[in-house]
Amino acid sequence: MKRAEKAQYLREYQILKEQGKPFFPYAVLKDSVMACIVLAVIIGMAVVLGAGELQNKADPTTTTYTPRPEWYFYFLFELLRVIKPPELVILATVGIPTLLMVGVALLPFYDRGPERRPERRPIATTLGVAAIAMMAWLTYLGAHAEAPDKVHMNVPAAVQKGEVVVNQSGCGACHKFGEAGNHGPGPELSHIGARLGPDGIARTLRNPAGVMPNYSALPPEKFDALVNYLASLR
Amino acid sequence: MARRPKTRPKLPLPGNNRDAWKDPAQEGNGQVSMREQVKEQTIEAGTGIVGWVDERTGASGFLRGFLFRKVPKGTNWFYTLGSATMFAFLSQAVTGVFLAMYYTPSPTHAYDSVQHITNDVFLGELVRGMHRWGATVMIVLIFLHMGRTFFFGAYKYPRELNWVVGVVLLILTMAMGLTGYLLPFDNRSFWATVVAVNITGTGPILGPYLADFLRAGSEFGGDTLTRFYAIHMLVIPGLIAALIGVHIYLVTKLGTTAPPWLKAELKEPLERERV
Repeated sequence: MKRAEKAQYLREYQILKEQGKPFFPYAVLKDSVMACIVLAVIIGMAVVLGAGELQNKADPTTTTYTPRPEWYFYFLFELLRVIKPPELVILATVGIPTLLMVGVALLPFYDRGPERRPERRPIATTLGVAAIAMMAWLTYLGAHAEAPDKVHMNVPAAVQKGEVVVNQSGCGACHKFGEAGNHGPGPELSHIGARLGPDGIARTLRNPAGVMPNYSALPPEKFDALVNYLASLR
Repeated sequence: MARRPKTRPKLPLPGNNRDAWKDPAQEGNGQVSMREQVKEQTIEAGTGIVGWVDERTGASGFLRGFLFRKVPKGTNWFYTLGSATMFAFLSQAVTGVFLAMYYTPSPTHAYDSVQHITNDVFLGELVRGMHRWGATVMIVLIFLHMGRTFFFGAYKYPRELNWVVGVVLLILTMAMGLTGYLLPFDNRSFWATVVAVNITGTGPILGPYLADFLRAGSEFGGDTLTRFYAIHMLVIPGLIAALIGVHIYLVTKLGTTAPPWLKAELKEPLERERV
């Protein structure tokens, strides 16, 4: 905005303000009504929906669990699922969210035109609507990535024990196993044994790359069963 | 009763201020009843205390400026979203204090104390539900408030800084959601937090350090929960409260925007005025 435009804005704003009403009681009344509505909605949700079921007590050695975030993080979660290649994961986890946040925070410093009416700012309005639609869509997708089906693969009877551990540890929440499991964030494991030997699998479970939890806390016999099972998937 | 003359001094000093404005003629024949007298004295005492405080703080000038400032023409219900967000934050603060009275931030007892709140404490389930859904309501309101600001062009000159403060408040509120998620300490919250901290750890340069800071070490351990608890109930709420103060100070100083379409209506008379 040029200096003249700034002065013009301030002058017009001054006039609109003069024509306005005092904050108290007019705006305060509206705010109070809104506050009552907010409180009523919060209490209503608490009464109708309850405090939410607790799952089992947190257990680092894992039993059944689904690592799902609160709904307002679904769009970030889904971003992780959409972006597959391991070398690009950092884009989904940190890169894109950080860039978006910085971009949003600095908005007034690159959008400096004097126009304020949304229908006369086509680029800003379009981008705004697109961003909202994008977040809504990703949130929707994230909300529908439900807990995975039970993993069932064709493996020798000797390693069947490992399949129980896979299902207990919720591997399917992030990995695909044949028909079961979710498509991402982690890579598909249907044929992992063809790519990694037992040592490589054990190493990955102990020192996972990226966002995967560490499984070294599993009891040794469960851990070995898991490794042997995964190694048999070819 | 005598009407108070308009010349009455604004800030009555304690003690000698009554006779200055009282009509002596009235006093002579008036049988002032006991009730009237008590009423008078109560009002006197009230203004006396208010005057005393005001003389030492100057609060009345500030309050007058804050309460009776004008909001521009056309201010509508969209303009209540900001205060509604703040109200949701206050609700979170109050319910959070009550939860903190019963919650035990230790890995062995956290889960049990949350169950104790839900099952045993009077209205515990309601308060926990209010805290949980209050977070959702607050996030929704923040985004609505942000949308109003965006589509009304309210982030433009001279309110750029307040937009930045608002974005920081949004990030802090989401950080509240993240840190609070671990506290019930069930499997879902535990493993979701493991993943979230791992995500932090993949960040460039600062990422690993930040992840270690959040975990209180290189592994999830006993101190992780207390650290999240301290961040959730001390660090971030303090920052949010302070920044809400800055946010409102700037709103009061700069004024709320008028709806953008009012500008066009005004252009003509303005130009005529100039000619």
